[in-house]
Amino acid sequence: MAASAIIVRLQSETFDPGAESNAFLSGTEAAGAAVTFTGLVRSTPDNPILSMTLEHYPALAQSQLEKISKQAFERFSLIKLTTIHRYGTLAPGEPIVQVMTLAGHRKAAFEGAQFLMDYLKTGAPFWKKERSATGENWVAAKTADDSAKERWE
Amino acid sequence: MKILYFAWLRERLNRNDEEVNPPQQVKTVAQLMDWLSENDEAFEMAFSDRSLIKTALDEEIVEHDTELGNAGTLAFFPPMTGG
Repeated sequence: MAASAIIVRLQSETFDPGAESNAFLSGTEAAGAAVTFTGLVRSTPDNPILSMTLEHYPALAQSQLEKISKQAFERFSLIKLTTIHRYGTLAPGEPIVQVMTLAGHRKAAFEGAQFLMDYLKTGAPFWKKERSATGENWVAAKTADDSAKERWE
Repeated sequence: MKILYFAWLRERLNRNDEEVNPPQQVKTVAQLMDWLSENDEAFEMAFSDRSLIKTALDEEIVEHDTELGNAGTLAFFPPMTGG
């Protein structure tokens, strides 16, 4: 499969999740299944935040996003895959990340998207800092994210 | 060699990057962390729980026992929280 079937975008500007999904779906007659996952900045009554800043290591972030995307593409025999990941300061409700997978059937599309997200959580060099009315706080890595990744090993 | 720091490590050490010239006997990532901690309390504190320190050598994620070799850039950062 041509490498152009894999698209990776690392950007600070926001994106329109629906428009990205529609563009991804155009011209896909050979595929029977597409999955789109969008990760959003969350602010809840228990933990209200004003903004989230994603710090990143630019060169490594680009190469890790590409590496993880290629792994998912090959492992699940995907037809097409797009990974969009943002950095910078984001407001609650804004999209942080979107992964889209296209495959012959649903299992590969679902699993490909899940694999991507599980690997991005612990293998993409981004660090999240939440700002709230009471101050700033680095989001700690979760053990659950390590376990989520390990199930694919 | 150039060292980069990210997230809370960058904040605690109060620097984004720096050039260092470790002595010959410093051969691995772990030994470099020991060397940096030797004369600097801020490093000693920041590196106290090594399970929280991840490293990349010339933009490749590596373990602490990796040899520095002729690498030009070493990055120290906390566990990643991507996605």
